[in-house]
Amino acid sequence: MNPPIPRHDRPADVYFFATCVVDLFMPEAGMDAIAVLEHAGVRVSFPAAQTCCGQPAYTSGFPADARAVARTQLDLFAQPWPIVVPSGSCAGMIRHHWPRLFADDAALAARAAAVAERVVEFTDFVVATLGLDLTAAQNEAIALCLHTSCSARRETDALRSGRQLLNTLPGVELRTQEHEPECCGFGGTFSIKHAEISAAMAGDKVDALLATGCSRYVSADCGCLLNLNTTLEKRGEPLRGQHIASFLRNRLRLDSEPAA
Amino acid sequence: MSAERPTADPRAFKDNSRLVLADPVLRRNFRGAMDFLTDKRAAQFPDADAFAELRDLGKQIRQHALANLPQLLMQLETRLHENGIHLHWAEDAAAANAIFLDLARRHDAPTMVKGKSMVSEEIGLNHEMAAHGIACIETDMGEYILQLDGDRPSHIIMPAIHKTKEDVAKIFATHIPGAGYTEDVEELIAIGRRALRNEFRTAKIGVSGVNFLVAETGSLVLVENEGNGRLSTTVPDVHIAITGIEKVVATLDHIAPLFTLLTRSATGQAVTTYLNVISGPRRADEKDGPREVHLILLDNGRSQAYREEHFRATLQCIRCGACMNHCPVYARIGGLSYGTTYPGPIGAIISPHLMNLDSTRDLPTASSLCGACGEVCPVGIPIPDLLMRLREAGRHSHPAAQQRQALKGQGAARSIVEVVAWKAWRLLYAHSALYALFAWIAPRLRVLAVAARSGWTRTRAPLRPARRSLREQLATRTPLHSRKALRDRHSPD
Repeated sequence: MNPPIPRHDRPADVYFFATCVVDLFMPEAGMDAIAVLEHAGVRVSFPAAQTCCGQPAYTSGFPADARAVARTQLDLFAQPWPIVVPSGSCAGMIRHHWPRLFADDAALAARAAAVAERVVEFTDFVVATLGLDLTAAQNEAIALCLHTSCSARRETDALRSGRQLLNTLPGVELRTQEHEPECCGFGGTFSIKHAEISAAMAGDKVDALLATGCSRYVSADCGCLLNLNTTLEKRGEPLRGQHIASFLRNRLRLDSEPAA
Repeated sequence: MSAERPTADPRAFKDNSRLVLADPVLRRNFRGAMDFLTDKRAAQFPDADAFAELRDLGKQIRQHALANLPQLLMQLETRLHENGIHLHWAEDAAAANAIFLDLARRHDAPTMVKGKSMVSEEIGLNHEMAAHGIACIETDMGEYILQLDGDRPSHIIMPAIHKTKEDVAKIFATHIPGAGYTEDVEELIAIGRRALRNEFRTAKIGVSGVNFLVAETGSLVLVENEGNGRLSTTVPDVHIAITGIEKVVATLDHIAPLFTLLTRSATGQAVTTYLNVISGPRRADEKDGPREVHLILLDNGRSQAYREEHFRATLQCIRCGACMNHCPVYARIGGLSYGTTYPGPIGAIISPHLMNLDSTRDLPTASSLCGACGEVCPVGIPIPDLLMRLREAGRHSHPAAQQRQALKGQGAARSIVEVVAWKAWRLLYAHSALYALFAWIAPRLRVLAVAARSGWTRTRAPLRPARRSLREQLATRTPLHSRKALRDRHSPD
């Protein structure tokens, strides 16, 4: 089964690997995750040369190109700090697939493994390591669904962590959508190569979320969020998904970013 | 079901699946059937750890068998001979059909009754025999319905799962002489059974598949629920079994774990109604059973999968169909869309070996890699991993380093546009300065070309980059601890 999530005492420092999707499409999720980590007293370091874990090319059948990109990320995490990733599928890619990606080169494979074992998905880190003080959290009632990406569900502990976190937040009523464990239909280039099938899956997932009557859904995977939110937008539905870090920041009443 | 049917050709995969996606009744039926099967399976495996342990055992048994395949096949050949079972080797579909035809002629048999066998579908047995004036009659109720209707199986365990009882009522009323129109399921089953009984009584040859072969005892193991398998293999004078070369296991002890994994994964049953262990023709002191038993072992591309370490895992399959029941893609497009004998996730990884990567190029990409198939596979086949490897083989003319020989149709899905796109991606994402520039420009243009010109926007709003990338926002942000320090320094106390 899956290797256990690395357990650390709350460290003074962490690295933040934002992922390319957060960087370009959902930067607020990255800002909010960093704010939550800093609020708990952790210093967050964002290596500026980071780009992508290589997953898009890897799952499309272009492992050599994926390797070339992942190779450049190996040098960015010199200190022995945990590497927090606000996306289950990217965390899963690094933890489980980098070792295979570099299997032909023992030296690189060892370095990839050293990075991989420090990678932890954001929700897992919050629950297992951060120990947030929730006494000051707002308790306004809200009905919520949690959508966990397939990689997060199978390659990290994010489903359990996410449920535990949301259940401990005051005022949050967690509802479960029909076919909750089923894929939302994103799947990277699958959503473009087999657009109709992907759209049918996204449509069904959106129907299931709407049927719960929840006023919002949260997820820790931006691929799923983009897929489902753009489907909801096209349909003219007001329901939207939010990154779990953004929801958490809001419930903890942390300052929003000062205007730059 | 709409009048237009999906084509039996994997090259038509996209058109086929569009046809099904546009049929809400069919989609609802599929969803309901898959939910029923997944719930039944879940009830059989209430304890995840116990399942993991049993699966590990099943996987080891299958891997052990494959690791020793040449020796086990030789041992099997010896034992079969001792048991009086005739063994025939068939390299491909044509060779297998020629053996059937030869046996039918030798026994002057105008009809054969056939128990459910996906390998017989693979070689197109019914069609081939019909071309030579021999009627090969399906006796599994689902297969019988399809044969009457000129349709194909859409699932390897529930072949007629895409048919409603109304469909069956119409098919029986049209094709079975004397059958009136009824939608009563019990009555429909009785009508089918009555029609088939006559065929069992008169056919000289019975055909069956095989679930497992036992090298140690030279036995053919056949798992079924309807009793038609037992009738097909005991009533006619000649029994011809056909299966793939990979179905052999070492010992009889290995059957029990595989049998329970199979029935619980396939139909959510603790046991099936019948478990047939066939170890020879009728003996001198026996009153029934066939006078001749033949086994045809088919390769048909299996040795291609066998010769490469990773693809070999494909052959661990025990054909339970759990991967299709749990596949969100299969649940939406059904089995006929694949255009292959074996649909769903297992079909997507076995068909490129049985056919080639050229005609099956769309199958390995038709997965979101959600992992549900790999999770439920009772013998631990890493299906998502194999899908990715086939994507790679389809897109590269030269075999990968870990893949020693080319596959049939290697590189057939290579598209220069895609190759260039990934090279550009690699250039950008492997050079952080270039990427930083891109991350500055893309938000200002606010449109990414790939999303705009794809099928994405038909059901979704366009993807727009945020106004400022995370890296840009972070560059101008003061970290919280510095902000606090700043505040503390300036607070008047």
